[in-house]
Amino acid sequence: MELTISIILGFMIIGAIYALHAKDLLSAVVAMGFVGYGLVVCFLLLKAPDLAIVQIVVETITLVLMIAVVLDSTRDEITVKPDRRAFFQRIAGFIIFAGLLYFFVLAIANLDPLGEHSLRMSESYVNGAAEKTGSVNLVTGVLFDFRAFDTLGEAVILYTAALGVLTLLRMKGKK
Amino acid sequence: MTVYILCFVLFLVGLYGVLTRRNLIKIAISLSIMEFSIFLILVLIGYIENGIAPILDPGRADQVYVDPLPQAMVLTAIVIGLATTAMLMAIAIRLYRKYKTFDIREIRNLRG
Amino acid sequence: MEGMSTIVKKITQLVAGLIFMYGIYIIMHGHISPGGGFAGGAIVAGAFILLILAFGSSALNLKKEVGGSSNTESVAILMVAVLALMALIFGAKVFLFNFLPKGTPGELLSAGVIPLYNLFIGIEVAGAILTIFLALVIFKEESSK
Repeated sequence: MELTISIILGFMIIGAIYALHAKDLLSAVVAMGFVGYGLVVCFLLLKAPDLAIVQIVVETITLVLMIAVVLDSTRDEITVKPDRRAFFQRIAGFIIFAGLLYFFVLAIANLDPLGEHSLRMSESYVNGAAEKTGSVNLVTGVLFDFRAFDTLGEAVILYTAALGVLTLLRMKGKK
Repeated sequence: MTVYILCFVLFLVGLYGVLTRRNLIKIAISLSIMEFSIFLILVLIGYIENGIAPILDPGRADQVYVDPLPQAMVLTAIVIGLATTAMLMAIAIRLYRKYKTFDIREIRNLRG
Repeated sequence: MEGMSTIVKKITQLVAGLIFMYGIYIIMHGHISPGGGFAGGAIVAGAFILLILAFGSSALNLKKEVGGSSNTESVAILMVAVLALMALIFGAKVFLFNFLPKGTPGELLSAGVIPLYNLFIGIEVAGAILTIFLALVIFKEESSK
């Protein structure tokens, strides 16, 4: 399982690096779609079917939105001439990223290997869930019964985003 | 352990994109890539070997299930990521109509 | 924007109803099989987005469509809030409590108030995604005139 997910992550990293350096904006958006769909395969391998369904539909809708915005404007990428200052900034950036990676390796040193029981709270959520909530799907039971307040907050966030997009894209008023 | 380090490398690729790119669409793409890496780390922590998907099977009594808590968190986070990307795209197309470019340095210089 | 070719229009006429039914199935069976409100709502929105993309925006009355979808999502999230507040009256008098009878796990009519939450949140998510997409289409139409 570790080997399979590592290989898929390798492809996702290559796709992400291409998405940043693409000269055409449409290619960058398609590369982002590639990273998203690779994530769907990872979710299916990690036995999370709920997440796979949501991620594949949300990724398709995001791709449609981004392609609609990119095709209606320019497809060119801004070209920047590299100079000496940019070179030193890039070296400094990589040193800082190496430092962050070192601290991350220190932080996960106490984590159990992939596949062991890591979380303690889920025992009380899994054991009596069928009688307490009455639903066979544990993720839905956790989302809508034990943690219903977070779900209410998420519905409000999506509603606010729709309201915000409607407000931003009005054509009335001054141009 | 290498899986977690590769996830963090994907996060760092996204962070590099947010910091150094000048195009607004590429900043939005890099933000999405950072979110994807965090989703994967959360679901990886909850994975249990030989566990099945968290749908209760009343036939078997002592079946090991994959942890449902990180999956519930990531489900909320995926929809919130969609909301954020939609608002960013609305801002981007509005800015393009006014300034005719996606370059953030030009938009900052042109204080209108 | 104009629509697509005749093949795409015919296939969309056949398939859009099936996608809509599949989305409703995933919403209603959220407590039995994988899925739930968010996945089903996004699939229902996908069916409508397919119709708009295939037939072009000149085939619709866009202002009426966006009024309809934003009214639908507002009513749906109001119903979610009403259901959450009704738990203050019945049951254990706690906000967001599961106060309807639980039934046997595995049936369609079980799990108390969870199927109702799934239904209303599914309608709300579908309305929100459709409103976002229609606002973008209207903006592109009006700014290209």
